[in-house]
Amino acid sequence: MLFDIEVNGKTIKAKREDTILMALERNGLKVPTLCHIKDLLPSGACRMCVVEVEGRQGLIPACSHPVEEWMKVRTHSPRVIKARKTNTELLLSNHPDDCLYCERNGNCELQKLAEDLNVRERRFYGKKNKYKTDPSSASLLRDPAKCILCGRCIRICEEIQKITALEFIGRGNKTQVGPAFNKGMNLSSCINCGQCVMVCPTGALAEKQYPAKLQDALHNPAVKTVIQCSPTLSVTLAEEFGLRAGKDIEGIMYAALRKLGFDFVFDTSFGADLLITEQATEFYNRLKEGTILPMFSSCCPAWIKYIEQTHPDLLGNVSACKSPQQMLGALVSNHFAPLAGMSADDIYSVSAMPCIAKKFESQREQMTHKGITDVDLVLTTRELARLIRLNGIDIEQVDPEHSDQPYQSRSTAGKMLAVSGGLTEALIRTLHFLITGKETSLLKIQELRSGKGRKEYFVKIGEYKLGFAVVNGIGNVEPLISEIKKGRTDIHYIEVMACDGGCVGGGGQPIHPENNNIKARAKSIYELDEKESNKFAHQNASLQSVYNLFLLNPGSEVSLTHLYTTYEEREVMR
Amino acid sequence: MQASLDDIINRYKAGSRESLLPLLQDIQIEFGYLNEEAILKVGQHIKLPSSKVYGIATFYDQFRFVQKGKFHIKVCRGTSCHMHGSLNILREVERVLNLKEGQTSRDGRFSLEAVSCMGACGSAPVLNVNGEFKTAIAIPDIAQIINFYKSTI
Repeated sequence: MLFDIEVNGKTIKAKREDTILMALERNGLKVPTLCHIKDLLPSGACRMCVVEVEGRQGLIPACSHPVEEWMKVRTHSPRVIKARKTNTELLLSNHPDDCLYCERNGNCELQKLAEDLNVRERRFYGKKNKYKTDPSSASLLRDPAKCILCGRCIRICEEIQKITALEFIGRGNKTQVGPAFNKGMNLSSCINCGQCVMVCPTGALAEKQYPAKLQDALHNPAVKTVIQCSPTLSVTLAEEFGLRAGKDIEGIMYAALRKLGFDFVFDTSFGADLLITEQATEFYNRLKEGTILPMFSSCCPAWIKYIEQTHPDLLGNVSACKSPQQMLGALVSNHFAPLAGMSADDIYSVSAMPCIAKKFESQREQMTHKGITDVDLVLTTRELARLIRLNGIDIEQVDPEHSDQPYQSRSTAGKMLAVSGGLTEALIRTLHFLITGKETSLLKIQELRSGKGRKEYFVKIGEYKLGFAVVNGIGNVEPLISEIKKGRTDIHYIEVMACDGGCVGGGGQPIHPENNNIKARAKSIYELDEKESNKFAHQNASLQSVYNLFLLNPGSEVSLTHLYTTYEEREVMR
Repeated sequence: MQASLDDIINRYKAGSRESLLPLLQDIQIEFGYLNEEAILKVGQHIKLPSSKVYGIATFYDQFRFVQKGKFHIKVCRGTSCHMHGSLNILREVERVLNLKEGQTSRDGRFSLEAVSCMGACGSAPVLNVNGEFKTAIAIPDIAQIINFYKSTI
């Protein structure tokens, strides 16, 4: 039910059960906040959203106070501004003041607030707390000195992802955020999804980076650099350069990567086609032989860590296929290198991913041979965009190019791995061919394209009646797993992506506090699938020739050696 | 006989989050502190992630995370003791023992804790060694007191 309230002298409509903040936002009125996360319960930690309500003595936090009919609200009165400014100054009094050297320089909510509120001098001096950074995780760098204790990371980890790796430790001015026993993140239950990085208002949480290593490799003539970029990158990168969200710049991206100095540019979508072909074969074999079902997807490294630490009894259900990144990485080492007359040791293999868990994945012991990694360095979308800017490349002036042979072509099925449900759609296409020998006409499965956290789809392919379940957001997976453990048998294949919306919403994507652009990116992927003609992974011409000349056929000895992996039970502080 | 960790934990219903604090208190009474194993096991028992258990436990001053020394010294930092210079008393104890508040000496002989009020305000400043009160102490007394306990080991 709608009713009127007065805000800054004007009447606006408010809805019962809204908070003041929701009512303001609905009417396009902005108040700053550092701790609010949309659609989560308010926490009221940062006190930046305070407003003046007539008849109330104190200022009221808009994020956590219900809106009421009699209210006359002032959102930017002198008193409110003064309170916000003082709050900001107090936060800054225990902040390292190293904005120029900070990961989030220019994209920091605290910095922006200080700017907006005209903080120009230091009023509060005092002893700053001393903290240690936590470099223990392969994916994350935690710097508690920059933390403003807003609690967003804790809440996204607990309430959305349901991992609860982080919590407030201690109390009062000694409070900090950390995992159990304030130990390293590597020992915690953190699955490296990076959603905490996406909500962190400051630089307290960021991805682990090695820019110097990459520069060395790029400028060392003795080293050949190879880069592969995730299916998601081409529909995300444009945002970082002020272009329309979701705009596909695949060819421009390849060209830009060459300009950066990479000797060979590949697309992980090829790896994705390979994964789909191999995984469909593995799945079909399991169906025929009646071995462990349902089969779980294996391309999300955060999901893999989750199941390793939470349900080691189900590791047999997980597909043994490596992820597209690691499949292509293994091909580069073992197929491309000999083909190009190089030793795998002379190749520096880089990948660009919308994900920070991929950093962890590339370091997994199973992904190395004698201690040497297939993929040597993983960049996030953000890091790649920065690298492009660093090298003065103007995206709008670059002419599109193709990626390199022998992995040049890709299908839109491979591209679909960027979105939740896309892997399953792509897999169904190839599976249909494996089972019936014919291509399916089922090219748009609406049930798998909704924005829901959990989706299911049932279909008959040949003689098999199959059930597919798709989960995005690792917090949605537990109910499904308990159904499976209780004996549910109508589901045969389960796709899990740890981030909301799949890889398009990954933890390595551009950080926009106000709009995450997930839908625009997904839409662009679906449009590509509509527009382009090759929609089937197994029809990818480059892939077919790699099979003819090297892998022979899906599930062959060569495939098993290079493209399949194993999992291990993991002891973590749960 | 000392109750085992599992015995204490099993006094409470599995999955009952509301029993977190009494459970932690029971463990601390029995063992004098909460170690990692205790926190992990409590978390598993009441179905609460260990990060939460640790976060909640560190919120309360009453919980310790290092084992107490043979002699556990509590320095009162309540209002009356504060007015009588208990901060200097605390610093002097830290200096003599070469320990910080909240720590236990490496040889396990002494541990030091600052507490809010021990209810002996009339005799401020006070400190307490294993339950025995030392009242109206002055800075020079401290080395003497500690030497006395050192000599008894």
